[in-house]
Amino acid sequence: MLQLERRPQASGFWRYASPVLALLLTVLIGIGLFVILGKDPLRGLQMFFWEPLKSAYALGELMVKATPLLVIALGLAVCYRSNVWNIGAEGQFVIGAVAAGGVALLADKETGRWIVVAVVLAGVAGGMAWASITAWLKDRFHANEILVSLMLVYVADMVLSYLVYGPWKDPAGYNFPQSKTFEAATQIPRLMSGSRVSVGLLIALAGVALAWVFLFRTRAGFAQQVGGLAPAAARYAGFSSRKALWVALLTSGGAAGLAGALEVAGPLGQLTPYVPAGYGFAAIIVAYVGRLHPVGMVFSAILMSMFYIGGELAQSRMGLPKSITGVFQGLLLFSLLACDTLVAYRLRWRSRRM
Amino acid sequence: MEPYALLVAATLNAGTVLALAALGLLINEKAGIVNLGAEGMMLCAAIAGFATVVHTGSDLLGFAAGMAAGALLAGIFGLLVIGLGTNQYATGLAISLFGVGFSAFAGISYVQEKLPARPHFEIPFLSDIPWLGPALFKQHPLVYGVVAFVLALMWFLYRTRTGLVLRSVGESPESAHALGYSVRRIRFVAVLVGGALCGLSGAYISVVYTPLWVEGMVAGKGWIALALTTFATWRPARILLGAYLFGGVTMLQFHLQGLGVQVSSQLLTALPYVATIVVLALISRNPAWIRINMPASLGKPFHPSS
Amino acid sequence: MTDLTKRSVLKIAAISVVAAATLVACGKKEEAPKAAAKAEPLKVAFAYVGPVGDGGWTFAHDNARKAVEKQFGDKIVTSFVEKVPESADAERVFRDMAAQGNKLIFGTTFGYMEPMLKVAADSKDIKFEHATGYKTAENLRTYDSRTYEGAYMAGVIAGKMTKTNTLGVVASIPIPEVIRNINTFTLGAQSVNPKVKTKVVWVNEWFNPPKETEAATALINGGADVLMQNTDSPAVLQTAEKMGKRAFGWDSDMTAYGPKAHLGSAVINWTPYYIKAVGEALEGKWATGQSWWGVKEGAIDMVSVAADVPEDAKKKVDEIKAGLKDGSFVIWKGPIVGSDGKEILAKDAVADDKFLGGIKFYVKGVEGKVPN
Repeated sequence: MLQLERRPQASGFWRYASPVLALLLTVLIGIGLFVILGKDPLRGLQMFFWEPLKSAYALGELMVKATPLLVIALGLAVCYRSNVWNIGAEGQFVIGAVAAGGVALLADKETGRWIVVAVVLAGVAGGMAWASITAWLKDRFHANEILVSLMLVYVADMVLSYLVYGPWKDPAGYNFPQSKTFEAATQIPRLMSGSRVSVGLLIALAGVALAWVFLFRTRAGFAQQVGGLAPAAARYAGFSSRKALWVALLTSGGAAGLAGALEVAGPLGQLTPYVPAGYGFAAIIVAYVGRLHPVGMVFSAILMSMFYIGGELAQSRMGLPKSITGVFQGLLLFSLLACDTLVAYRLRWRSRRM
Repeated sequence: MEPYALLVAATLNAGTVLALAALGLLINEKAGIVNLGAEGMMLCAAIAGFATVVHTGSDLLGFAAGMAAGALLAGIFGLLVIGLGTNQYATGLAISLFGVGFSAFAGISYVQEKLPARPHFEIPFLSDIPWLGPALFKQHPLVYGVVAFVLALMWFLYRTRTGLVLRSVGESPESAHALGYSVRRIRFVAVLVGGALCGLSGAYISVVYTPLWVEGMVAGKGWIALALTTFATWRPARILLGAYLFGGVTMLQFHLQGLGVQVSSQLLTALPYVATIVVLALISRNPAWIRINMPASLGKPFHPSS
Repeated sequence: MTDLTKRSVLKIAAISVVAAATLVACGKKEEAPKAAAKAEPLKVAFAYVGPVGDGGWTFAHDNARKAVEKQFGDKIVTSFVEKVPESADAERVFRDMAAQGNKLIFGTTFGYMEPMLKVAADSKDIKFEHATGYKTAENLRTYDSRTYEGAYMAGVIAGKMTKTNTLGVVASIPIPEVIRNINTFTLGAQSVNPKVKTKVVWVNEWFNPPKETEAATALINGGADVLMQNTDSPAVLQTAEKMGKRAFGWDSDMTAYGPKAHLGSAVINWTPYYIKAVGEALEGKWATGQSWWGVKEGAIDMVSVAADVPEDAKKKVDEIKAGLKDGSFVIWKGPIVGSDGKEILAKDAVADDKFLGGIKFYVKGVEGKVPN
């Protein structure tokens, strides 16, 4: 029968092959699903893997979707590598969007372009502030950060709801729960006309470089991760696990808040109750599938975006149900988690008779 | 006085949903496993239960189907987390995501379906008592069932040897392993049972509470159940009370509106979550307290060294 | 696993990936354009906010879409995307519809307003129809239905059927349309039963069956024995059925969800408008504007009235329908007093569409205050 045997050391090969195998497995199951639904599997694959890439416009849309995922995932990677399990990035995203929106609403027709910087900074600050609640509760009360950050997601949703139904509701909006549309001056600048890609993409790529340098080339980054992997050793070496906690949460909170600002002052252009789009949770998968590595996450963010957009296209062009996106994303994560075992273990066929 | 009787009745009903799921999660957590996939399990169970009742007309079979669906997803979770040692949080999230998507997928053809006429339940003499009757004695059997289950669970956990073994696996799997218990098998069973209970809760939602199917109909109750387990400091009786509390808050919000009282609906909706955070902070403050309340190995993977 | 096996696995994996990619690239070629022997059918696309199976709002739109397909046969080709969120994603969906060659695009909820405007500005040769919105453009017009007429007729029935003189409304989001419906429902009930009071519970969502159930329960707890809703699912009717009260279906015929409780369904029939819109697009007569259709144009109706509703109420409803059709009956005609006691419409004064579009007050008889 098949048995798992621990490897003497982690397999380098499988570290890279595992995500590929996971993707393959997901694709195979996907083909099976298409067939069961009576749809052409090739066309289905095309929707997910070709259409989102095939034109400059499509690539632009892909970037628009991938940017917030990547930005949040970068922050989460720092967090998870420090063994701090921030599950509440969604809430930090929302509060970042709220803060950014608040600043954007202060603008009027005369305001100069500098307000964009203020909007983005406000987003970062908002996300950080929300994450710091979790950090403080863990620091001071040893409260489990998973549950606290998760609960705060719902509280964040209520804060947004309160604002768009109440004080920030557009007086000229027929009482619909939404804020005024932001002035043009507050819009995150586009990279090129004809596409919705914004400078957020450049910020995200800069973030990738920054994260890589921090995690793998600085002492601080090293200390941060050791604090997570081996707290006792960290203490012995003089690395503060308390500092690591705060850095982790402030970084991921700030990143999530930044993504919120980019969304709200970018494609959305106003605050509505629909700001929480699940990016905070999807980013967890992006971080994981990308192996918590900045460059890996670029690929996984693109992959997840392809799933989102592909799912939309599959729905509109092939009549496939929208829920298929969630199924694929879940399957991808499952497969990855399962395939990852091959990094630390090998499969052996053992004959009973021995 | 009648309206308040109905409010109590509605609260009991709402609380039962949360309690069933939270008790399932409790069993998981007593063994040291955090299963973040409650929402996904409940949704899959909801569609499984609903579809079964549509096709067979039997509520009982519907509940059974729901429990099976929950246990199935929990089984996948268990295989990955206990069998392959994958990260509990990521795996649980994957279950949630997958469950949400898959249930929507599977439920597409059931969205317009209706169930056969829902039975009315009444305890013969007790339900005629003024006020108490409509308040307490016109409920679905599961409402009473969950109370009985809480009592049984308390007895099981604190007065039986098996319960003790379960708790010790959650407190110190190494010791349990050293004593010769199969930690992995015990945890796996705990995960399955927990999944079945979450499934029962999900089926209750789609078969009794709101007898129809729409995707996402669990609407976050899975996450509330997760919070509830912590809020109740991992004690079955407190879970039941907390479930009624959380369930009551939503009802209260609407009831106050009906009375003309203007309270911010967002504030009331956020209340259970804020309350959970406060309780969490309070009970975690003292490391000794945490040790008494929270299963020590919660969330940590266990690798038998042999 | 030996090195040899490892390498084989890697080889197989690599080959599979390459094979899959090749297959995908080959599969692409099957999209060869079909040269039609006759004129190209008009491509019409619909964007829905909910699932087509919601039994309410989206269901009604999709029924109309199917009717339009039947009406125009092979002159048109329709498609739809359901559950398009009212967020940044909507813009991408509309752009894709435009890119796919659709020349007439329907967006069926308020929240699509900004995305549709953006896409309309970039696609001047495509016609856009936005439901329940208020901004128009050269190639984008709005359409809506006078749901308050259905609410009025429901109110007339409710006023006759209530025994506690307390009605309940499960309301969604406090926009003028919903507040207007609450008011009109009350006015209708008061026209046959001046003692009626209406309680309102806001769920702050269009579609959330568990919450709608809880809201309905709270209303019944508060003494209401006839319920109406402005939400999109049959949960309110089902709750009424469970608790032995009466209720109305909304947007679509919901009789099947609560046969004993069902009093009637205030339905929206989008078919007449959709036929008009598609016809105009086919004949090149499409022009921008704002439409607000009601019973007169066949867009609103009260259907499946329960057998135990008294004859005089049924007769009154029929009279109202006839009066709305020939213009002899006006619902919003003074004297109408607000819940604060102040007069809103003087005797015989008739409210115009602008007035109706901006209603932010409760009429006398509705309890509570409008949430701000």
